[in-house]
Amino acid sequence: MNEPLFEYLLRQGDTDLVLAQRLGEWVGHGPVLEEDIALANVGLDLLGQARLWLGYAGEVEARIGGRGRSEDELAFLRDAPAFRNLQLAEQPNGDYAATTARQFYYDHAHLLLLQGLARSRDERVAAIAAKAAKEVQYHVERSSDWVVRLGDGTDESRARMQRAIDDLWPYTGEMFEADAVDGVLAGAGFVPDHRALREPWVAAITAVLEEATLVVPPGTFMHGARGRGGRQGVHTEHLGHLLTEMQFLQRAYRGAQW
Amino acid sequence: MIETHEPVTRRFAPPSAREQAQGRGEGSRIAQAWHILATIPDPEVPVVSIVELGIVRGVMTTSAGLAVVLTPTYSGCPATDLIERAVRDALREAGFCDVRIDYRLSPAWTTDWLAPEARVRLREFGIAPPGARARIDVTGISPLRRARAAVPCPRCGSADTSLLSQFGSTACKAQYRCRSCLEPFDYFKPH
Repeated sequence: MNEPLFEYLLRQGDTDLVLAQRLGEWVGHGPVLEEDIALANVGLDLLGQARLWLGYAGEVEARIGGRGRSEDELAFLRDAPAFRNLQLAEQPNGDYAATTARQFYYDHAHLLLLQGLARSRDERVAAIAAKAAKEVQYHVERSSDWVVRLGDGTDESRARMQRAIDDLWPYTGEMFEADAVDGVLAGAGFVPDHRALREPWVAAITAVLEEATLVVPPGTFMHGARGRGGRQGVHTEHLGHLLTEMQFLQRAYRGAQW
Repeated sequence: MIETHEPVTRRFAPPSAREQAQGRGEGSRIAQAWHILATIPDPEVPVVSIVELGIVRGVMTTSAGLAVVLTPTYSGCPATDLIERAVRDALREAGFCDVRIDYRLSPAWTTDWLAPEARVRLREFGIAPPGARARIDVTGISPLRRARAAVPCPRCGSADTSLLSQFGSTACKAQYRCRSCLEPFDYFKPH
């Protein structure tokens, strides 16, 4: 069970880490001060959660054999194909509607996933998820509020919000896929069945999009489907660029601390 | 000897006469450690001590020295390292040389652990204390948005306030605005 658990912990940790890095790019550039602060805080929550997942991943790696890597080694010294984050998380910030749509899609799926993980048979997974879920409920409220504010706003904000919702839609399918790793862990009661999260997720986002006067995208094409997605190490061209910035210091000055 | 104190049910009390009479017994050393920890302010909200905030979950003696169990508030709280250092420094100054810090994730920290007197001091400091009891069972949180309870203004007491942002100066606070006295204020979110 340790091999699939290690893989799964990387997936969750990497998604939170990469999205936290994206949100960090907004610091100093937010459209208003309150949002600048809010994005930094959401990013900080995700970074904290990433540390918990990756820290545990390193311990599980040591159980498999050899030396388990530290959270820093996992974050800073792996190349893009070794990252296991959702492709959705690495998508560029774009305009504020794009950042909001990315967050909105992820927050709702994230909360549903954490609620399932909080019932994990693995005590550590359950503890991390229970803690993270409390934080993510505020992420859900915030991103949903912004979808409504921008969607049910001016013609310009509505058009941009709908476009962002449409553009990122094909990256949402990956959140509800289950491959062999997920299957083994779900069978053992370690993780919920990701496929079962899709229906409550669609219900939740549909309610918000309707309030926002927006249309749920009808498309069925999804990136990263059938086991060829970010969670298996297949990424869009954006991840490498993100990592060059995030990892520069530790690559140039290995082990630097301050 | 292992001894834990649960600050939820048993708030810090100065050492009893019996404990003082025992002099440097284990119990009094633990009580002394609690007393020291109760003087350490939270770095973000300095009117509240880390004990009142509920993040010190236990103090015990071990064969190697003293062990302090901390529960971080938020996963990404940037004050965590600072608090750990403050705990080590304060205890070392009081003669506790070997201090081990253990982090406990479960049960997750909740604002329900805030001491009643800390709520009063938060309000006096200009931060609205957390209102409704936080929902502990995370599996019951709805992914749909919740109805918001009114947050009274900590300055003028008016209930006519509005949310500016779910995130304030720190992740644990939201920003509100009072429509009566027109002042902005922080709200310590139920968590």
